[in-house]
Amino acid sequence: MIPLTYYVTVSTLMFVVGLMGILIRKNFLIILFAIELMLNAANINLVAFSRHYGEVDGQVISLFIITIAAAEAAVGLAIIIVLFRKKAITNVDELNLMKW
Amino acid sequence: MAETAFFIYFAALTLFSSVLTVGLRNPVYCSLALLSTLLHVAGLFVLLQAEFIAALQVIVYAGAVLVLYIFVLMLLNIKTAEDFVHKQVWIALFFGVVLILEILIGLFQSPLFSSSPKTPTQTTPSIGNTAEIGIALFTEYLLPFEIVGIILLGAVIGALVLAKKVPTAS
Repeated sequence: MIPLTYYVTVSTLMFVVGLMGILIRKNFLIILFAIELMLNAANINLVAFSRHYGEVDGQVISLFIITIAAAEAAVGLAIIIVLFRKKAITNVDELNLMKW
Repeated sequence: MAETAFFIYFAALTLFSSVLTVGLRNPVYCSLALLSTLLHVAGLFVLLQAEFIAALQVIVYAGAVLVLYIFVLMLLNIKTAEDFVHKQVWIALFFGVVLILEILIGLFQSPLFSSSPKTPTQTTPSIGNTAEIGIALFTEYLLPFEIVGIILLGAVIGALVLAKKVPTAS
């Protein structure tokens, strides 16, 4: 039986790796990948606690999180496609106007 | 014994792939590293006896969300940039290490972890994981389930409206 602390440690490390990805990368798609990493870290945490307490609520919530991540990916990518039509740049530093 | 070996493999590969996801230069390589991360996270879910969530992770996350990302990646034809991190990368990494230490120290001081390892209050369930989640989803979490359906509808409509080419009025 793997203790709970191991899973929470893995989840924490993955979350901070995702956070660092958002902070240091310039390409907006990699920033979206890092956001997915953070969501997966939260999922690991939820499912580990759900198994620790024997309840199933954590897994239901992680199911919702997977669904919300899919919805967010769709809308975020639609925004990127619209932006890319106007100006073909991938650097978030240069996407600094509210309206093109 | 075998469980520990599997856990070490899945956890190590998850963390390694996640570091590669945010660290590689080529965006296509990053997406492949993200695929590896998602599959190993599904392995961790299987170790936690959450097979339904593991299957959902592979089918929805690795199979739909990641494919959507790769579609857009290929559509936009993003080139590998020379400068791919900001200048303050070392400051950010330093604060990342500080944040990890802070969170882990805070967690290990809490009574949840420092208490004697109580056996988790679980018995081997008589029904499978899928049935457990199904029962909870359709009785206790029915309202969030419906709301998530509406959120998905909103996401579909939003993505369509955003990405639609507006005919130029000439």
